[in-house]
Amino acid sequence: MSEEQINLEAERSRSLEEQFEARIVRDEKIEAKDWMPEKYRKTHIRQMSQHAHSEIVGMLPEGNWITRAPSLRRKVALLAKVQDEAGHGLYLYSACETLGISRDELYEQLHSGKAKYSSIFNYPTVTWADMGAVGWLVDGAAIINQVPLCNTSYGPYARAMVRVCKEESFHQRQGYEIMIKLTNGTPEQKEMAQDALNRWWWPSLMMLGPTDAESIHTEQSMKWKLKRKSNDDLRQQFIDQTVPQAELIGLTIPDPDLKWNEERGSYDFGEIDWEEFWQVVKGHGPCNKERMKARVGAWERGEWVRDAAMAHAEKQQERKEKQAV
Amino acid sequence: MKLKSKKVQLQVRFQFNKKIMATKNWPLWEVFVRSKNGLEHRHFGSLHAADAEMALENARDVYTRRNEGVSIWVVESKNITASNPEHNGEMFEPAQDKVYRHPTFYELPDEVKYM
Ligand SMILES: [Fe+2]
Ligand SMILES: [Fe+2]
Repeated sequence: MSEEQINLEAERSRSLEEQFEARIVRDEKIEAKDWMPEKYRKTHIRQMSQHAHSEIVGMLPEGNWITRAPSLRRKVALLAKVQDEAGHGLYLYSACETLGISRDELYEQLHSGKAKYSSIFNYPTVTWADMGAVGWLVDGAAIINQVPLCNTSYGPYARAMVRVCKEESFHQRQGYEIMIKLTNGTPEQKEMAQDALNRWWWPSLMMLGPTDAESIHTEQSMKWKLKRKSNDDLRQQFIDQTVPQAELIGLTIPDPDLKWNEERGSYDFGEIDWEEFWQVVKGHGPCNKERMKARVGAWERGEWVRDAAMAHAEKQQERKEKQAV
Repeated sequence: MKLKSKKVQLQVRFQFNKKIMATKNWPLWEVFVRSKNGLEHRHFGSLHAADAEMALENARDVYTRRNEGVSIWVVESKNITASNPEHNGEMFEPAQDKVYRHPTFYELPDEVKYM
């Protein structure tokens, strides 16, 4: 290419990019085959796949309790919830694939550790009360994160999020109901609920992401509507809505600095241990290795099934073709 | 000794199979669901499946867990021909100046009701 051509090309893509940004400002949706800046594509693949991976890995801590649920009612609910999470992962992987990356590449990124998933799922679920705390707090925080994404600029992502959000509210309710039941139970049961809250409270706050000062992608993400509120705003919203729910069922938030601030109309809260957060993100959480081992193991052990299904499908197809001759 | 060599043989064959088979991923299917009779099938999303039958079953599990549908269509994604948004101009603009295709284009005396 001559210098002139290069300049022309650069100008063309600059004006395309301006038009593109203007469409987003006008609240127009971007669809899969539309022109988009490479950075938009990459950022979306990264965020959507991280989101999908979180749904898939997120099944593991709860799957741990399905066979040990204390009643049939709890068991069907938990089973349905975990199945929903699988569905969420699938909606999101599909949305991701519209941007030209294959499902296999996405799995490869997860399994090799190249892609991240939400750090919250690297904590263990040691008692039944954890099923309550996870549904109530983790799904609660997820909802706060996800609702604004129903209006994000990328059409396939927005549509997936609408489906996800519709399904999430049952998840949070079933978790809170478990907590209510336990707090109304024996002193040991109540203690179990409090213990679960103690362990899950801070990781749930961390789940909403690093403080705004440390968050690298925020400005661009705001422009593309990949993010509509800052991490700190989302966190405050989560705290303000959750504290009264804890009080209502007689549980104590494990934060001595938590205090209602009349002036702000919000709760002030204690300092988050970000060192712990970064340790978990870097792979040193209590269950990082266990989660990846379970996930990769399931994928590998399922390979012969996937191959057999494909071989069967091909054989059927061949038979059909032969008959047609 | 003999046993061991058989095991090795099997492993070699397994790995060989793995190599040729691992490249065959389940194809992608598009899913269309009719929410209730009287409504059209609408695109709901996509999924991977080995064949049409499995695609239908997976579509039921992924997209209609809460009575979202009474009928499902699946079609392998590669069989869909889509228009290219870059050609949207020549594709859709010709319709823009054909106002005479709309009832408001025609002038009627005020006295005429119900038309
Ligand atoms: Fe989910
Ligand atoms: Fe959920």
